[in-house]
Amino acid sequence: MAADQAQGGFPVDPIHQFQIQTLIPLDFGGIDASFTNSSLWMVITMFAVTAFTIFAMRGRAMVPGRMQSIVEMSYEFVANMVRENAGSDGQKFFPFIFTLFMFVLFANLFGMFPYAFTVMSHIIVTFALAMTVFIGVTLVGFAKNGLGFLKLFVPDGAPGALLPLVVLIEIISYLSRPISLSVRLFANLLAGHITLKIFAGFIITFVSTGSVLGIAGAILPMGMIVALTALEFLVAFLQAYVFTVLTCMYLSDALHPGH
Amino acid sequence: MSQDTHMTPELSEGTVQQAEHGSNFPPFDVTTFEPQLVWLLITFGILYYLMSKIALPRIGTVIEERRDRIADDLDQAAQFKQETDDAIQAYETALAEARGKAHAIAQETRERLSAQTETKREALEAELAKKVEEAETRIASTKDAALQNVRTVAGDVAGAVITQLLGDDADAAQISQAVDAAMNQEG
Repeated sequence: MAADQAQGGFPVDPIHQFQIQTLIPLDFGGIDASFTNSSLWMVITMFAVTAFTIFAMRGRAMVPGRMQSIVEMSYEFVANMVRENAGSDGQKFFPFIFTLFMFVLFANLFGMFPYAFTVMSHIIVTFALAMTVFIGVTLVGFAKNGLGFLKLFVPDGAPGALLPLVVLIEIISYLSRPISLSVRLFANLLAGHITLKIFAGFIITFVSTGSVLGIAGAILPMGMIVALTALEFLVAFLQAYVFTVLTCMYLSDALHPGH
Repeated sequence: MSQDTHMTPELSEGTVQQAEHGSNFPPFDVTTFEPQLVWLLITFGILYYLMSKIALPRIGTVIEERRDRIADDLDQAAQFKQETDDAIQAYETALAEARGKAHAIAQETRERLSAQTETKREALEAELAKKVEEAETRIASTKDAALQNVRTVAGDVAGAVITQLLGDDADAAQISQAVDAAMNQEG
């Protein structure tokens, strides 16, 4: 990359921001548990969510203050999401879904800070979360309905001759859930952050020409960055929301496979 | 040797890239998967524990308490409103009663006063009537006496006139008869 830059190539490496840098090398019984920049931001996210939900509520005021209102709104928001998508028997899983939503949301929002690491821009993280949801939901489905859970793969009213095909498609679509769930979150954040970096690079390219025209031309990508930053904040929230809503829907399938 | 030198640049380039970035594309660098998974497990696990054991029950309790409190307050407000309505009802009843009572008292007083006035008026009228009667009696007796005197005077005058004219005493009975007739004629 240094060579590219010297040759007048693209000034910013848009991929550089996704690099994992080991801060403290750790090893537990052969498992590489090195504390990396990704771990750092996971820990920051954890502390931020904890501070948000526990310390903002320490007053437990009957009339909530500003922070307490936001915490309560988040609580009600996720609680409604679970109730509407997974039904009342989904309430048992509310703590998990709340944690999932807050963790992904805060990680995404922290990713918007300059020099911060975007935890969810790594497929392994989103895939691990998606697999946790997938395995958890499948276990809940079998625990709650026994073999009746398999009815999920046999939709009502499918014509007899097509039934094997329909069942096959249903099974494939079920198995592809963790992939679509994880790739959606990962790809959205990855693409957004790369786009921002590329437009930032354009500004440097334009300005480094030194000409008036070049500096004037930098205004366009600058405007794009402003607009994209706003969009990325939306994406940060929206993807956390989508991830959580889909989790609720999968949970609903597990709890009520007949529908 | 020549083979070695031929191979080295490619290899060294590969290893340099490997050392610099791990992989060409960081999210697909398998060597970073393990620490990420370990730390995701740690942070997410701790967060889940904190949320499910401390944060969420606490928030839920606060919201629940507020909801109860609001419901209680609304109940109390409804109760107070009921009490107010009852008080207004009682007040209006009392007012109507008092008004009725006042009306009755006024009526009674008016009747009593008019009865008293009537009695007094009757007494006064009776007294006046009595006085009028007495006065009339007095007037009648005075008139009779006066008439009697007039007769006597007329008889005497007539006797004297006759005596002067005729030189002879007139018959007293005839004179009296004539005076009566004249007086009766006069009315």
